[in-house]
Amino acid sequence: MTAVERQEWDVVVVGAGGAGLRAAIEARERGARTAVICKSLFGKAHTVMAEGGIAAAMANANEHDTWQVHFRDTLRGGKFLNQWRMAELHAREAPDRVWELETWGALFDRTEDGRISQRNFGGHEYPRLAHVGDRTGLELIRTLQQRIVALQQQDHRETGDHESRLKVFQECTVTRILKNGDRVSGVFAYERESGRFFVLQAPAVVLATGGIGKSFQVTSNSWEYTGDGHALALLAGASLLNMEFVQFHPTGMVWPPSVKGILVTESVRGDGGVLRNSDGRRFMFDYVPDVFREKYAESEEEADRWYEDPDRNRRPPELLPRDEVARAINAEVKAGRGSPHGGVFLDVSTRMPAEVVKRRLPSMYHQFKELADVDITAEAMEVGPTCHYVMGGVAVDSDTAAAHGVAGLFAAGEVAGGMHGSNRLGGNSLSDLLVFGRRAGLHAAGYAADHARVPVEDAQVSAASAEALRPFSAGAGETAGATGATAAEPGPPENPYALHRELQQTMNDLVGIIRREEEMMQALHRLAALRVRVRRAGVEGHRQFNPGWHLALDLRNMLLVSECVARAALERTESRGGHTREDHPGMDRTWRAVNLLCRLTGRADDGPVRGPAGDGDPLPGAIELVRETTDPIRPDLLALFDKEELVKYLADEELYE
Amino acid sequence: MSGYEARFAVWRGDADGGGLEDFRVEVHEGEVVLDVVHRLQATQAPDLAVRWNCKAGKCGSCSAEINGRPRLMCMTRMSVFDREETVTVTPLRAFPVVRDLVTDVGFNYRKAREIPAFVPPAGLAPGEYRMMQRDVDRSQEFRKCIECFLCQDTCHVVRDHEENRTAFAGPRFLMRVAELDMHPLDAAGESGLDRRRTAQEEHGLGYCNITKCCTEVCPEGIRITDNALVPLKERAVDSKYDPLVWLGSRIRRRPSP
Amino acid sequence: MATGTEPHPQRGGVHNPTRAAITARHLRTDRWWLAPAATAAGLLAFVVYSTWRAFADTDYYAAPYVSPFYSPCLAENCRSMPHGPNADLFGSWWGISPAVIVLIFPLGFRLTCYYYRKAYYRGFWASPPACAVPEPHRRYTGETRFPLILQNIHRYFFYAALPVAGVLTYDTVLAFRDEDHAFGHMGLGSLVFLVNIVLIWAYTLSCHSCRHIVGGKLRHFSRHPVRYRMWRVVGRLNARHMLLAWASLLSVALADFYVYLVASGVFDDPRFF
Repeated sequence: MTAVERQEWDVVVVGAGGAGLRAAIEARERGARTAVICKSLFGKAHTVMAEGGIAAAMANANEHDTWQVHFRDTLRGGKFLNQWRMAELHAREAPDRVWELETWGALFDRTEDGRISQRNFGGHEYPRLAHVGDRTGLELIRTLQQRIVALQQQDHRETGDHESRLKVFQECTVTRILKNGDRVSGVFAYERESGRFFVLQAPAVVLATGGIGKSFQVTSNSWEYTGDGHALALLAGASLLNMEFVQFHPTGMVWPPSVKGILVTESVRGDGGVLRNSDGRRFMFDYVPDVFREKYAESEEEADRWYEDPDRNRRPPELLPRDEVARAINAEVKAGRGSPHGGVFLDVSTRMPAEVVKRRLPSMYHQFKELADVDITAEAMEVGPTCHYVMGGVAVDSDTAAAHGVAGLFAAGEVAGGMHGSNRLGGNSLSDLLVFGRRAGLHAAGYAADHARVPVEDAQVSAASAEALRPFSAGAGETAGATGATAAEPGPPENPYALHRELQQTMNDLVGIIRREEEMMQALHRLAALRVRVRRAGVEGHRQFNPGWHLALDLRNMLLVSECVARAALERTESRGGHTREDHPGMDRTWRAVNLLCRLTGRADDGPVRGPAGDGDPLPGAIELVRETTDPIRPDLLALFDKEELVKYLADEELYE
Repeated sequence: MSGYEARFAVWRGDADGGGLEDFRVEVHEGEVVLDVVHRLQATQAPDLAVRWNCKAGKCGSCSAEINGRPRLMCMTRMSVFDREETVTVTPLRAFPVVRDLVTDVGFNYRKAREIPAFVPPAGLAPGEYRMMQRDVDRSQEFRKCIECFLCQDTCHVVRDHEENRTAFAGPRFLMRVAELDMHPLDAAGESGLDRRRTAQEEHGLGYCNITKCCTEVCPEGIRITDNALVPLKERAVDSKYDPLVWLGSRIRRRPSP
Repeated sequence: MATGTEPHPQRGGVHNPTRAAITARHLRTDRWWLAPAATAAGLLAFVVYSTWRAFADTDYYAAPYVSPFYSPCLAENCRSMPHGPNADLFGSWWGISPAVIVLIFPLGFRLTCYYYRKAYYRGFWASPPACAVPEPHRRYTGETRFPLILQNIHRYFFYAALPVAGVLTYDTVLAFRDEDHAFGHMGLGSLVFLVNIVLIWAYTLSCHSCRHIVGGKLRHFSRHPVRYRMWRVVGRLNARHMLLAWASLLSVALADFYVYLVASGVFDDPRFF
């Protein structure tokens, strides 16, 4: 095998969405030579899909807003399972992170007096989301991208090379985090365009790879969301936290089939859109749970008044946290009150004039017009739940974003767990990316400055190469030698696209929005069978930009992550946030203090090991689940809530400590 | 409308050569060209290279030329074609091909680096920026750009004339200059950078002959020519060709007491 | 089935060897040639007509109407047009049609207009003939050098077009007279003139340079509320610049043709009152 190219960097950031770019900017500004690796082109990350806004208590639209209120909303939304310190840091730092974007050229929508305009969103007590129409994610990505370019221009002036201190490796995929002992030594990656392998040696690696939505059939996520960072962390020996919490966004498109799952932004409801069933009833009034009873309007009249006079009226129940709305829609459809294509109606056309719709929701107007032939200024949209976000993720330290158990590994953004508890509020994602992206970059740079590079072992590199080349020799057995891969599983090669479809179907049907024990057992069964077949995933053609090969490699990650989700979901015998058990419908206070950690047993501390299928087995070891008790919430933060409210969430012993 | 079998001709190959390959493929109601390309991948050509991400016209990854016109594959509905007609899909023809429908769009990233970044105003701390909506409207329109590079692909200045690549930034990046020049708080002028002049002298604004193909292909409907390029040309005239403005600025620049 | 691997057609543009090997210069299947062909035909027709009329030096005045091609009339050889826009500024040495003196300004205005540039670059120059259809030229420098760099003087033609439009407005007022130059009358010609002047003004004010001058050049609209409103109005017109360019081109030719018909006695101007 030809030698694999190696480069030395201080910090390697995997992923170039909001969190990854923000981490890279921070690391570079702290003096670390920083490399960013992303699967797509620079600036195409899934963050562009975020529509609603960035939640930050800047109090521009309502002077009563403070970080404490934001913190409180976040904890309520997450049903108190949030890593409270993360929620605190997030609420405190979000305004600074938004203002900083302006100094890099971002142009948010403005208030009358020229400040950043803020809009209402589900679960937020005050209008809090800084936004740009309904394309806030695009603005965020573009601003960070342009900031990176600005830093590169600065480096060019000083060193004559744009990429001397900050380089983006676009269209490259990381397949392994390399370790030396228990410390990170770098990453192994391939270039999608050429199929060439390379190694970036670095003492610190930041994971910012986003989510896992591509394991589900109906999802708002793009192809990139294959749980890479989750799987890489798991394989490197880190733990995944509370993976059972998967957010199904209540409003995805349901028709036509080819766009099923594509997101319909929550701003549609924030700006006045209402949900109706086939009887024309605003059914959300029937689904306000007890814990939120006092905070939401009880009549349509009150709800409608709230848009004009939020101080003296309660908010409409369409703006409940996403998990509640998604469950309600699911229930309406099951009860036979759905729309023709199996969703419910979301209507803005009768709520505001056509030109207001076009101004406030331009890309929604465009999306429905172009993709579904629906004019949302004249008729209702049909919407239904779509897999949108995973609250679970790499278990990290709240302050530093360092992954527990692997020195030099950091995680930020969707791939990191804890911040959002059992359910994320809309708008908290973009602020999460900025707050913890920055923190990850800051601490990764600090770590890299304090720790010498550790050498990358050749054996790990060859093992990673062999693993990556396996799909080319699938089903061929003895002919594998030519490509450098070792003998593959006997049996006919499997089509990676077909395997992927089966996996998505399994997760969607059996570990979806409403879960039952038998179904999840069945899912685990099917996942085990898929695990065997994935070893035979084979591809045609060569290594140059071969999507079949790329998918075959991503399948490993999706399977690992799916299994974590299914196991954790089976274990947690209650319903909370993004985890709904039909057989355990209530929220159980004793579960509040329990975190479920997913780990790999017999784990591969030194890279790919000999699994059942020989060298380079993509799925070594089994997944184990560990329970951990959460830290008690700091008293001054608890004091932000009423006693009556806390009683609903906290176990008695937590209350009287 | 039920499914039918469509005829497709997809360019396959790489930098060494290639050609249009014919396919017959099932099409269902409501599908877009990208769905069909995905079906080809899953059933007939697993290694067919194509870029895509969001599939909702928001990321600008799946740019290609469909029946000879630069378009996003995810926003081109099959219903716009005749069932009998052959739908031809080729990579962008202004950029070097990598493989199949994937091209090397590095030109755009190099040009992006040549545009000096936003210059923050001195004396304003983060959080102190005050801008009126009417003052940011213009630049916001340009920031809708999803960088699909269809405008860069269709612009004849570089599409038909490889030699202009060094001198000409292309519509996307001239629009970026316009965006910054219209930004209400950009302090480039104070730092000695005349964006209008550099648009003309360094980024090749003069090559643009405002034939509007960039506007025609923009999937975001940005009025690139009327709102960015022509105003930028007029601003360049202000700073380079208008004797009245020139005289006025000379008088105003007199040292004030 | 594959049609086979094509060797690279080694030439410039889309046939550059780094790009996808496709022999066809373009693969457009729509009638892309229709727009440039129609544009070229339309412009050519106007050029032929206006050249004939501008140099004809006859039949341009039929009281109370003066052809917009001959207004203002600035040489001694102008026909007498009572109260009309004729002033003998050029004296007797001017031998050819007096239309030529003034026509240069509206001509220059339209020639350097951002819309007409697009139209004739596409229609006559084929640069490019249509989007994603290669242009036939080996080299291209756009408007970076002489003579095309002179397109940048568009705004001066805009300034010059303003008084011309003013004179034509005056002519329109005069068109509300009868053959004996008494006001308070109206004929079909008055109507033609009225439509024409409205379109001329709409086209002139919808000009990109005008949009820049009234407000586009400002950085802070919020500090100039009046100019902002003007900019918005001009902007709305500007979005229809192409439509106005054609409409006013047609109307000016029609107004002239109307005068020609009346002056040459083909028919009498129907009088309303």
